[in-house]
Amino acid sequence: MNIVVCVKHVPDAQSERTFNDSDNTTDREGVDGLLSELDEYAVEEALKLVEASEGEVTVLTVGPAGAADALKKALQMGAHKAVHVTDDAIHGSDAPATSLLLAKAIEKIGTPDVVITGMASTDGTMGVVPAMLAERLNLPMVTYASQLTIDGSAVTARRDGDTASETIEATLPALVSVTDQINEPRYPSFKGIMAAKKKPVETWGLGDLGVDAGQVGLGAAWTKVDSFAKRPPREKGEIVTDEGDGGTKLAEFLASRKFI
Amino acid sequence: MDFDLTEDQQEIRKAVRELAGTFDDQYWMEKDLAHEFPTEFYEAFAKGGWLGVTMPEQYGGHGMGITEASILLEEVAASGAGMNGASSMHLSIFGMHPVVVHGSDELKARTLPRIVNGDLHVCFGVTEPGAGLDTTKITTFAKRDGDDYVVNGRKVWISKAMESEKILLLTRTTKAEDVEKKTQGMTLFLTDLDRDKVEIRPIKKMGRNAVTSNELYIDNLRIPAEDRVGEEGQGFKYILDGLNPERMLVAAEALGIGRAALRTAVKYGNDREVFGRPIGKNQGIQFPLADSLARLDAAELVLRKATWLYDIGRPCAKEANMAKYLCADAGFEAADRAVQTHGGMGYSEEYNVSRYFRESRLTRIAPLSQEMVLNYLGEHVLGLPRSY
Ligand SMILES: Cc1cc2nc3c(=O)[nH]c(=O)nc-3n(C[C@H](O)[C@H](O)[C@H](O)COP(=O)(O)OP(=O)(O)OC[C@H]3O[C@@H](n4cnc5c(N)ncnc54)[C@H](O)[C@@H]3O)c2cc1C
Repeated sequence: MNIVVCVKHVPDAQSERTFNDSDNTTDREGVDGLLSELDEYAVEEALKLVEASEGEVTVLTVGPAGAADALKKALQMGAHKAVHVTDDAIHGSDAPATSLLLAKAIEKIGTPDVVITGMASTDGTMGVVPAMLAERLNLPMVTYASQLTIDGSAVTARRDGDTASETIEATLPALVSVTDQINEPRYPSFKGIMAAKKKPVETWGLGDLGVDAGQVGLGAAWTKVDSFAKRPPREKGEIVTDEGDGGTKLAEFLASRKFI
Repeated sequence: MDFDLTEDQQEIRKAVRELAGTFDDQYWMEKDLAHEFPTEFYEAFAKGGWLGVTMPEQYGGHGMGITEASILLEEVAASGAGMNGASSMHLSIFGMHPVVVHGSDELKARTLPRIVNGDLHVCFGVTEPGAGLDTTKITTFAKRDGDDYVVNGRKVWISKAMESEKILLLTRTTKAEDVEKKTQGMTLFLTDLDRDKVEIRPIKKMGRNAVTSNELYIDNLRIPAEDRVGEEGQGFKYILDGLNPERMLVAAEALGIGRAALRTAVKYGNDREVFGRPIGKNQGIQFPLADSLARLDAAELVLRKATWLYDIGRPCAKEANMAKYLCADAGFEAADRAVQTHGGMGYSEEYNVSRYFRESRLTRIAPLSQEMVLNYLGEHVLGLPRSY
């Protein structure tokens, strides 16, 4: 079984994330980036599936030079090879353009048995790329899987909703997006880190994928960030002094905020 | 000149930071207070293959240098794991060096792969009630008896003995009065800590309480000759080989705690408001922390030089000693200042800096005291007369 996992390099949520003043795109230079935590679940799930049978896991990313770091992490975790789609013209691409590039790259890799993605990126959090990608690849799609089994030519996934869980089956090849409930991603082992250095990483530009520069980038984007404003600083907490009536005061406070 | 770490070294730092970061200060506080070995932490590192960083590849390790090992232990300590975390694995990382270099193939095949995969816990038995810094004064005696040795004596401060299956044990096979030079007549064993023959009693101590340090009462312990490391009588020389790297690793651990303390102090300095402003705004708080940063960074450079010299096979005793001295002082000072920055809360367990303080204090005493470093530098580097 061969699996392609789509991963994204995102600004570290622990650091001060911001936008570029010039074009309102996400600032990817000024902050440390990393493999989106939500994509670690996708990598882990792919590794588990392949380890339980056979085959290869290819990780795929679209992003600037720094995005190679996300691929490296996935290779250190155990993925077999990586493809990095990068081109200056891609800067500012939105979900439709990203899904186009991913689809073209997956076609070039050779359509796998399963494409696995995270449920959303931790920076944009739109969560629409998996659906767009499935559409472009003409694959059945199962999103938000919290459990996954593959048996012969069928994939079965559990989706947990607020009130019920559904079990969904699709035929392979298929695209699955997974939630952060599905597994516990592994940490790269020392061996994994050393082995990753020798694993193949291919870098493809627009020309390699037969995509025109006009189809991607900020110019082709369907959605744009018009403006952005910093989140207002957090207000100071209110300290309730307990003069024997602390409980009542707390209850009043909660009631005033409509918590109770 | 090039101050950059190699890509591998940077990767190691990053990966260890991430893995160690999954065990938070709360975990270490609880382990320390409960006097409980950090099994989950140790196993996570064993599973990741980290214990074999310096071990030769044929025994399942990665054959890397002391630079990489020091980065590993520094990051472990800096995560907040401190000496509790470092001591849980310290001996597995490089402590088996005498065995790797001088042990028989059979002994190595039997023990080293199990050390790398974490299955075999070991401790190191040198210090005795009557022999601390003056190692040649040890009296624990191994008497040859057919194919075995029979050992009697007492050891003290043996860390992790409670948790260990085996001990790397330094004994005398010839009494001090019967050898020409007092460094002769000592023999090293890597052998089972047979609980029937060795009574192990944990010592109540100031800190680093997740890992025990113990008194050992050895009573007719039988050791098969196959467990002897190298030749009889050469034990002291074998241990000497490992002393410089040992100093560097302790330096790295001291440096790591200093980093943890500084990070914690800076956070509190920004968060805690007194007289209507963050306390870090006061130069009386800010300057000592800035000063500690400078001292930790300077000490780190000496450590980096020491490990670099060792790894390329050049003499490094001066730098190894200096690194241990400077890192231990800088780390302890940073921890002390972190306590001061926290005011009363610094004295509680909750803010962790008192734990850092207790643990960093240790690096100024063991395995080698600051005074003995100065003795070394005074005599062997400056060329002054030996003072003792
Ligand atoms: C927590 C802990 C864990 C330990 N773990 C181990 C272990 O796993 N295995 C092991 O074998 N040992 C272990 N030790 C022992 C440690 O290595 C010794 O404590 C250390 O070497 C110091 O020896 P000592 O305690 O006998 O001090 P002493 O030799 O009694 O020295 C006492 C003091 O006198 C000073 N002094 C002595 N001579 C001179 C001199 N000539 N000039 C100037 N100053 C001098 C010393 O610097 C020191 O400050 C551990 C110790 C501790 C505290």
